[in-house]
Amino acid sequence: MYNLTCDVAIIGGGPAGLSAAVAAKKESGGRVLVIERDESIGGILQQCIHPGFGLTYFKEELTGPEYAGRFADEAKELGVEFLLNSMVLDMDERAGTVTCVNREYGMTAITAKSIILAMGCRERTRANIMIPGSRPAGVYTAGSAQRLVNRQNEMVGKKVVILGSGDIGMIMARRMTLEGAKVLAVIELMDYLAGLTRNKVQCLDDFEIPLYLSHTITKIEGYQRVKGVYFAKVDENKKPIQETEQYIECDTILLSVGLIPENELTRKALIDISSITNGPKVNQYMQTSSENVFACGNVVHVNDLVDNVSTESIKAGKFAAQYAMNTLPKEEKAVENIAGENVRYLCPQSISVSPESEKVSLYFRVLHPDQNVKIIARDGDKVLASKKRIRVNPGEMEEITFNTGYISGSSVTVEVVKEGQES
Amino acid sequence: MVKTDVVVIGAGAVGCAIARELSKYKVKVTVVDKRDDVGGDASKSNSAIIHTGYDAAPGTLESQLVVAANPMYEQLTKDLDIPFEKIGAILPAFTDEQFESLPAIKEKAFKNHVYDVEYLSKKEILEKEPELNPEVKGGLFIPRESIIDPFVLVQALAENANENGVDFMLNTEVIDIKMEKGAVKEVVTTAGIIETSYIINAAALHCDDIAAMVGKADYKVMARRGQFYILDKNTSCKVRNIVLPIPTKITKGKLMTPTIHGNMLVGPTAEDLPDKEDVSVTTEGLDSIYTDVRKMIPEVNIRDTITQYSGLRPNRNPEGLHVDIYEDVKGYVNLSGVRSTGITLSVAMAKYVAEKLKEIGCELALKDDFKATRKGIPCFHEMSVEEKESIIKENPLYGTVICRCETITEGEIVEAIHRPIGAKTIDAVKRRVRAGMGRCQGGFCGPKVIEILARELNLRTDQVAKNLEGSYMVIGKNK
Repeated sequence: MYNLTCDVAIIGGGPAGLSAAVAAKKESGGRVLVIERDESIGGILQQCIHPGFGLTYFKEELTGPEYAGRFADEAKELGVEFLLNSMVLDMDERAGTVTCVNREYGMTAITAKSIILAMGCRERTRANIMIPGSRPAGVYTAGSAQRLVNRQNEMVGKKVVILGSGDIGMIMARRMTLEGAKVLAVIELMDYLAGLTRNKVQCLDDFEIPLYLSHTITKIEGYQRVKGVYFAKVDENKKPIQETEQYIECDTILLSVGLIPENELTRKALIDISSITNGPKVNQYMQTSSENVFACGNVVHVNDLVDNVSTESIKAGKFAAQYAMNTLPKEEKAVENIAGENVRYLCPQSISVSPESEKVSLYFRVLHPDQNVKIIARDGDKVLASKKRIRVNPGEMEEITFNTGYISGSSVTVEVVKEGQES
Repeated sequence: MVKTDVVVIGAGAVGCAIARELSKYKVKVTVVDKRDDVGGDASKSNSAIIHTGYDAAPGTLESQLVVAANPMYEQLTKDLDIPFEKIGAILPAFTDEQFESLPAIKEKAFKNHVYDVEYLSKKEILEKEPELNPEVKGGLFIPRESIIDPFVLVQALAENANENGVDFMLNTEVIDIKMEKGAVKEVVTTAGIIETSYIINAAALHCDDIAAMVGKADYKVMARRGQFYILDKNTSCKVRNIVLPIPTKITKGKLMTPTIHGNMLVGPTAEDLPDKEDVSVTTEGLDSIYTDVRKMIPEVNIRDTITQYSGLRPNRNPEGLHVDIYEDVKGYVNLSGVRSTGITLSVAMAKYVAEKLKEIGCELALKDDFKATRKGIPCFHEMSVEEKESIIKENPLYGTVICRCETITEGEIVEAIHRPIGAKTIDAVKRRVRAGMGRCQGGFCGPKVIEILARELNLRTDQVAKNLEGSYMVIGKNK
């Protein structure tokens, strides 16, 4: 067994891992090691060759590879080390050891003072949503198709139907069109868009690709390769209405029906996982229930923008480095964050309150779209912070910031209520 | 023109078991199948159980073969390195009627020479299977009901047969059978003519079409579809035994069982279909599985499903397992009505067919150099750290994980491709080494497996298929 030691070990070299690495190195100057299973760093951004990244973080518009490149360059300059082609198989979080496999070094054990989980997420599949029909070739998750088209230079089909209005699906609608395919429909089960409004405008509307809200695929046809799909409008219980069934001839179906944080290692290590986000529960330091293990990015909860991933990962990197140096603020009490009205979940799920007060930001998604609302964070009757929003959408993340010094109780509740109706 | 002694039509479990059995003898055997892989049809979509035959109709050929086959697996799976486990089955009774039917089931098992069925009290059955509906009144335990990897079973039989001299002609469809003087003479295929003295029809769903070629169309094969769910290894509710419902007069019902690889398998439906190729899944079918199985296992979590599939049982009309030889078609053995117990009985059927061949004049003299064993593809994730170290040193491809969900390395995939009966498609790779069998269902590894197949088989990527001809994965390079 090849053995390595470092201060901070980061599992995953995508946007989360890279941002965390930069921050950890800046904070401590110690040995920071990124373990990446791919042959190159950048994670999923390597296949996101479209622009739209960095508007919040860098205040300019970058492509995915450019965005990842900024952090990668900085990390390299700072002296962050990378272990590529290395798949982590096991984590003994008590010993601070992760074991990975690498074709050059064989089995490799890395022992670190703190570990950051940054494994990202995977796509929900056809099976997850149980689409009926035959099981031919030509049914891809949008991300797999994106990899084939953008990284492997392989075209996946000519006549395309997309199920789900997630961001990757809409981006792929445009990408396939630009490559000469005909995108015949984007079909969304809900009565609102799953992804960002700007993607609908830039990727669907600009190319006159029809979007069918409140519709779903009722049957896939084709024996060897996809031949077509039946789809129908759904009723209020999301059940297809038979009389509205239509048929589209196509050879390809792309699925953009949600992402699931990839927490195989986290589960094995018995770290607490939220049943709503499917990611580890964290406090504002992005620290998990195992005190030397931190987590950031889509492994914690699925973000809308990579910019938000960076912001949260920089915290994970900074505080994991502090933990490694034993300078992380000592916890006086733990405060639970509770998702109130029209809030699906809160991240972080708890706040570690120390004698020194600090600003914390809670990120969340709403359960359903709404307009003219107020986001309120309260500690019992005491309002910690509030802000107005003209429009909220499940596809877009919301945030509220307040000072920990104001918290006197044991929980904070965040709610999104109609303006004028707040209690 | 190819010359052989025995042609086996169909490379499913039964065809491959026959091939392997005949490879013990000094006889030239050729297996033909229209698909590109062995076990590519009914043998791949079933409940992956090695039955005891406790519930067969006593005195039938099916009873005789299943009961004889079950004990063979202990040695066979060791010899051929096939994942197998004798976990046992339970039959829980929830109603008075069901409870009162238990003695008759035990009695029937006894008539089938399955003597080890035990009664379980309510307490015993709940201890054995804590996930059972607590309203259970008691039940039966059938200790030798077992689980197996049905894909590897077929591959192992085929590989071992091949190593012992059997030829496999895949992608080869039988078009006609020519006879001379009342005996079979030639098999006409899409890959040319095969001259032969004996033909064994093990074509399952299509055995009636083959039988018609020798003028023996006295039965019809009716596809009986079975839909299944596979649940994630991490699903919240797992059973330890094969949990079988008490059969009704109409159906054997839907079961829940662990698979040999640690998933949960739930199903099947039983639907008679006119179409022999309709392996689609339906909302009604899948819903009915959930409704039925939930009565036995209330906490079964269908939302943890990672895939659904369906298989077609080659049901026969008139019903029943048949092995026929004919006075006026010499050299021909016809198998039909091989259904749910097909995987189990395959190895006993092989011996039975060998006897039939002798009966119709085929000389079967044992070889002295038959090799009875076969080693499977080394499974990286089951190895100790030391074994992992050493295999990576030997072959660095074992140091690259391609399928992250099941931890399958490039080394395993490349070996699956270059084996004697190698994988040529995405699904064939999946059935050999489980790349793509996990929770992302090939979302991450699929694009890489396309590249590996193209590289190793010297194909263009648009020639790489999912399974059948025409099931292309990509259409060519970007413009």
